[in-house]
Amino acid sequence: MAYVPNPPAVRQQMLEEIGLSSMEELFFDIPEQYRLKGLDLGRGLSEIEIQRHLTKLAAKNISSYPIFLGAGAYDHHIPVAIDQILMRSEFYTAYTPYQPEISQGILQGIFEFQSHICALTGMDVSNASMYDAASALAEACNIAAEVTRRKKILVPDTVNPDYLAVLKTYAQSGVFDLVTVHCSKGKVGHELRAAIDDQTAAVAVQNPNFYGILEQDAEEIGALVHEQGGLFIMAVDPISLGLLKSPGKLGADLVVGEGQSLGMGLSYGGPYLGFFAGTDKMLRRIPGRIVGQTTDREGRRAFVLTLQAREQHIRRERASSNICSNQALNALAAAIFLSLVGPKGLRDIAERSHQLARYAEGELSRVGIELLYPEPYFREFIIKVANPAAVNRKLLAEGIIGGCELPHGLMLAFTEKRTKEEVDRLVAVIGGAR
Amino acid sequence: MSKLIFEKSVAGSTSFRLPPSEVPEGLALPASMLCTEGPALPEISEVETVRHFVELSKKAYGVDTGFYPLGSCTMKYNPKINEWAARLPGLASIHPLQPVDTVQGALEIMHHLERILCEVTGMDQFSLQPAAGAHGELAGILMMKAYFAKHGETQRTVMLVPDSAHGTNPATANMAGYKVVQIKSDARGRVDVPSLRAAMNEQVAGIMLTNPNTLGLFEDEVAEIAHIVHSGGGLLYYDGANANGMVGVARPGDMGFDVAHLNLHKTFGTPHGGGGPGSGPVGVKARLAEFLPVPIVRQGSDGYYLECNRPHSIGQMLAFYGNFGVLVRAYAYALALGGPGLREAGENAVLNANYLRHKLRGVYDIPFDTLCKHEFVATPGKLKSECGVSTIDIAKRLLDYGYHPPTVYFPLIVPEAMLIEPTETETKERLDVFVEVMVIIAKEARENAEMLKKAPSLTPVRRVDEVGAARKPILRYKAEGL
Repeated sequence: MAYVPNPPAVRQQMLEEIGLSSMEELFFDIPEQYRLKGLDLGRGLSEIEIQRHLTKLAAKNISSYPIFLGAGAYDHHIPVAIDQILMRSEFYTAYTPYQPEISQGILQGIFEFQSHICALTGMDVSNASMYDAASALAEACNIAAEVTRRKKILVPDTVNPDYLAVLKTYAQSGVFDLVTVHCSKGKVGHELRAAIDDQTAAVAVQNPNFYGILEQDAEEIGALVHEQGGLFIMAVDPISLGLLKSPGKLGADLVVGEGQSLGMGLSYGGPYLGFFAGTDKMLRRIPGRIVGQTTDREGRRAFVLTLQAREQHIRRERASSNICSNQALNALAAAIFLSLVGPKGLRDIAERSHQLARYAEGELSRVGIELLYPEPYFREFIIKVANPAAVNRKLLAEGIIGGCELPHGLMLAFTEKRTKEEVDRLVAVIGGAR
Repeated sequence: MSKLIFEKSVAGSTSFRLPPSEVPEGLALPASMLCTEGPALPEISEVETVRHFVELSKKAYGVDTGFYPLGSCTMKYNPKINEWAARLPGLASIHPLQPVDTVQGALEIMHHLERILCEVTGMDQFSLQPAAGAHGELAGILMMKAYFAKHGETQRTVMLVPDSAHGTNPATANMAGYKVVQIKSDARGRVDVPSLRAAMNEQVAGIMLTNPNTLGLFEDEVAEIAHIVHSGGGLLYYDGANANGMVGVARPGDMGFDVAHLNLHKTFGTPHGGGGPGSGPVGVKARLAEFLPVPIVRQGSDGYYLECNRPHSIGQMLAFYGNFGVLVRAYAYALALGGPGLREAGENAVLNANYLRHKLRGVYDIPFDTLCKHEFVATPGKLKSECGVSTIDIAKRLLDYGYHPPTVYFPLIVPEAMLIEPTETETKERLDVFVEVMVIIAKEARENAEMLKKAPSLTPVRRVDEVGAARKPILRYKAEGL
């Protein structure tokens, strides 16, 4: 494509006007040894060629099979209206809304997103979004260390291992020390309780946890860590909050989560949506953009980026987070999703996903497949199979994307998009593949 | 004034429906974990939802709306083919944990893009994982930290950052556990080399530099800077936020930088989304490659795969592999332009900036009025000292004329700065009309300064009370009576 709109003759005219005769002269300030002759990347392609090339590459991926993979990314339905709205290019080609007078639409959209997240989580304050749940959790740990002036962050190994991996990376800064606590029964229990002491900056619990299981001791753990002067961080699944008690009710100080299920495609892992919320006490510690309501000079309601004294562009080397660009368009998608489905729709999606999982559990038990952990789960569970990779291969051969392979079994996820017939096929293949 | 969607809620009006259930109903969940009443989300029909958000879109301003000379943000046109590409079902609907043999096309795109980024920057290997520029910076600085840890140089606890740097640089260094030492700029607007020389010692891990810098000036002593830092045992980090005018022209990898990130949402034509999602791939020279985040896409004899077992890696920056949808768009952009087109884009970004600088000279002050790269700084000059008109007033008046203003009050080292970056996708006609408007505003400043101080008057709202917003924060909708 010809990307630069000025034709060569106009470029020449502009050069002459500024007193230069060639493009090269624009780069005389670059020492000669660094001046490049060109890039070894071939010619530019036409739209026809790009479409041909990318269609071919996309066709190498399998995207049409029913999918029982979860483990942090879920195949929920995406209402069609969402993408139609996201394609309004006033939204997607805008920058961060630095100029509130011409950005009220984006600012209000973020304000509504924050309101949705507060409603879901039972928290007082939400920011405008983070990169994903894992990086949001890492920033929550940074805050906990800063607030409590302690370093030890306890994280049970029932938390998503990819989140743990990201925590480990962020911990290299030295701001917090990550202590992973092994929990033997697929849920937090006595091991975690025993680890909490007066040096604990925070405990982070995921609910439902990585294995899909409800952390029934979450509230008690929260109370314990509070007794010791630490913070209680929860990582939650927003779909489950159509049904489950909010983390606010369970005593959380900081809440993070993965918003991909709220109207975003699987898109091979991103862009997804980290959300980040907290109690009023955490207000001035929360990282990233926050939109506030205010008035304009004529007293009309207006929205604006606020509390910017927390942020990198003001605070510079004293800022505890460097985040600026976040996942604003994904946050908008989530706001549209939650508006479209409403409280009842969210509950329906959560219930249906759960009921399909229950149905699958029942059918699997009829062919002799047991759960690894006999605990209440939301929409995901682990089945005991000797060779999960072999089961997945068999499923793939039958046109099904199977589950997440774990050391002791295969983790299967269910969403409202799956049908009884798909679950029956899944069970038949697994039952036969053992 | 748009009502909030929460204020439009009508009980029972939601349009969304699931298909009839084919499986037994009921819940097998402990009552203690269930909520008694659902979250307080609005209930609203599809048509009213769509109208609500379309109304909001009309109160937003994107590159597709008009000229957006927001310095250091590179608000250039986002080709529509990118949007088409990212929505291909074969790319949009694949799960990150699918077996690699079912996602070969996705991995191939990532591999090709990685090679393209290496060619453009002169680095040896890239990770596509970081989700934004600041995220890439953090990955990069953690890699430097890992490098020094491996070489037993943990005494290097200081990061040098020029006073003209983007705010993310010092914030990143702090976040990664470094003490920041600021290096001043010289009279030419470049890093003051004697100060750098004096600051360099065995405590210093390295320097974070953007080149061209935030004044839009090429750091022409970069060879000496690299020599000072390297001979002192430090490393050079390249902040790629200002790379747009460098593509195809010069490469950080050739200038001695050891680590570099690029903002694909700036340099590779992917949209900013109103504040993300972006993408901030980070690249390194070979001696740092072992520290790159995992996983890395590799090409083997049986096809592409994700390499996870890299013992010296800093680890994962995200749960998965990055903002893949943004990577697809960037790949489509790179394909569309090709080698010659990428260079042409870089050249014209610089041409447009210099053209605008030339045209605004005499109307506004240009504190560093020499050959610039992709952007330059202007100030109100006498309009401020004689008429009392500030940069904020000029910016707000631009809104009335239908423009997004430049970046204002940055870089911090120039009082009343307006950082102007036109990008390569503006025509001469549009630049000329913008200049005319800037001339008119300068005239207005002399004739009717009070009017400028009241600007804007033609926007959906007038100047907003930012102080009030921060003093008494209202950060979410609260139903009346609560």
